[in-house]
Amino acid sequence: MAIFIDKNTKVLVQGITGRDGTFHTEQMVSYGGQVVAGVTPGKGGQEVHGVPVFNSVAEGVGATGANTSVIYVPAPFAADAIFEATLAGIGLVVCITEGVPINDMLKVYDFLRGRSTRLIGPNCPGAITPGECKVGIIPGTICESGSVGVVSRSGTLTYEVVHALTRGGFGQSTCVGIGGDPVAGTSFIDCLDAFERDEKTKAVAMIGEIGGDEEERAARFVAERMTKPVAAYIAGRAAPPGKRMGHAGAIISGGSGTAAAKVEALEAAGVSVAVLPSELPDLVRQMGVA
Amino acid sequence: MDIHEYQAKELFARSGIPILKGEVARSADEAEAIARRVGGPVVVKAQVHTGGRGKAGGVKYSKTPSEARENAEKILGMRIKDHVVQVVLVVEAADIAAEAYVGITHDRAARKAVVMVSSEGGIDIEEVAATNPDAILKEAIEPALGLTAGQARRLGFHLYGHDPMLAKTAAALLSKLADTFFENDCTLAEINPLIVTEGGELIALDAKISIDDNGLVRHKEIEQLRDLAAEDAADTKARDAGLAFHKLEGEVGCVVNGAGLAMSTLDAIEHFGGKAANFLDIGGSSNPEKVLTAMEIILRDPNVRVILFNIFGGITRCDDVARGLVQVFKSTEIGVPVVIRLTGTNEEEAREILGEVDVVTEPTMDGVIQRAIELGRG
Repeated sequence: MAIFIDKNTKVLVQGITGRDGTFHTEQMVSYGGQVVAGVTPGKGGQEVHGVPVFNSVAEGVGATGANTSVIYVPAPFAADAIFEATLAGIGLVVCITEGVPINDMLKVYDFLRGRSTRLIGPNCPGAITPGECKVGIIPGTICESGSVGVVSRSGTLTYEVVHALTRGGFGQSTCVGIGGDPVAGTSFIDCLDAFERDEKTKAVAMIGEIGGDEEERAARFVAERMTKPVAAYIAGRAAPPGKRMGHAGAIISGGSGTAAAKVEALEAAGVSVAVLPSELPDLVRQMGVA
Repeated sequence: MDIHEYQAKELFARSGIPILKGEVARSADEAEAIARRVGGPVVVKAQVHTGGRGKAGGVKYSKTPSEARENAEKILGMRIKDHVVQVVLVVEAADIAAEAYVGITHDRAARKAVVMVSSEGGIDIEEVAATNPDAILKEAIEPALGLTAGQARRLGFHLYGHDPMLAKTAAALLSKLADTFFENDCTLAEINPLIVTEGGELIALDAKISIDDNGLVRHKEIEQLRDLAAEDAADTKARDAGLAFHKLEGEVGCVVNGAGLAMSTLDAIEHFGGKAANFLDIGGSSNPEKVLTAMEIILRDPNVRVILFNIFGGITRCDDVARGLVQVFKSTEIGVPVVIRLTGTNEEEAREILGEVDVVTEPTMDGVIQRAIELGRG
């Protein structure tokens, strides 16, 4: 068991012939998951690292039964790629692309409301269920199969935490990067809810950052609905207000979205919050996870 | 990205939102000539990317062209909250009968753009929200529909219910403001104040527009409006190289890959008793050039006593970062200690490459940060 992706996941790569698409297709294939199709309009019939390329998502799905797509297309075309995958019947769309305009994302969010397709991202590293399947760019080498669910708004900071967990003897059920944009398809709550229901997951490590109120909402969800222990880390305690810290969503504006407020909300909900990423394995240990 | 009032007004005019006659001046001579062309009294307004211009003395009513000249002389070169005024807008003066606020921005929690209007204009909208919330009405825009005519009318009547003709004119203006907002990928389009003149005309007296940085790729014409003179050379250099950079006040220069890890690095520096000189994310792709540019930017800062690299190689290859660093050592006199932590993809090769140069390596994030703080004090 795991969340969102497992050994039965059949991945289709949108933008497979681009630089990033090609590189990460190779990584995903060598990790051992099922990468069944790629799409680049006009390059149907070619192959990338043994994966057949189609002209449209619908064609790829029809020929291979792909149920998950991962998007590496340039930002101005990312929203359309999400629409295409959804309309072709893909159940899980993971958008790695960074820099998608916010007005495009408002349309995407609205379009997905009431549909069964889940979007993870954009501007995210994707997800990995160690030993089974990787969709996106999280380095497989730092992960190990286990019982800690990881959910994060960041990329490399996630790797830092996952690496620390693995070295501390805590493998992961699934790691999900939900992305650093202000409007994202999947929230902390969606992931916490899925981890709560997942048999393999015994505890959750949550990595948040300044900006918005997703962490505060997640804290309420933990207090009201979760039985499994949660440990957290929040980045941006030292960030100056009014500056976008790299991620489009990471900004303290008008005094809201501060790390202090998030830490307070999480601690009030019974979540142990680490001051340094390196402390997370100890917090997980203290929660009684073997 | 913020654009200036006069540039925002050009976008308004293109959508058919009424503005007053005016032009920009970079000298007192120009200001006087414009005032003469406009005819009648004018207002000389500082064009800077910050609020509070009026309070700072950056907006001055001028009865005659010679007064406009005097005022332009005072305002040009003035410093308003760290921004030096290099351009003024010289614009026809108006007889104001009433002031309102209208603006569109994103509501992050609702995942929609929201139009907000207030019958109290000319002051900060946050202040109105705190003191007189009933003055404010909001309508969330459905992404698939845009601002509907009904929503625009409701907002128009909230502002000018006593005058149905005026209310409908305001509704039409709000629809045009929504067009401006979406067509230009704005994150903010604001008119404060929106005035009614003694003659009963509705006019955008001020204009504030911010553009979504992610939307700029499809608006080359707006990208060209960027005021390079108003920003720090380091910011320009960083942006051109695709680096996310902010200058801070401390002594530890930082080069990190990934925004989250970069934020986390600043936090840990503070936790261990140091202060970061900057936030700098070299991004995901591995490119020795970026390391070179990053070092150049950091070394311009005289406060920097030590440079810290915190690299977790995923897509970023540690050997590429190392190669970039070796190039820097060969081409530049660095003058401060460099402390580096490289973990992940190709870290062994990276360590071999770094054997050629004088850097301190540490295996962990906590370790490298403590070491950097120590050396910075050294």
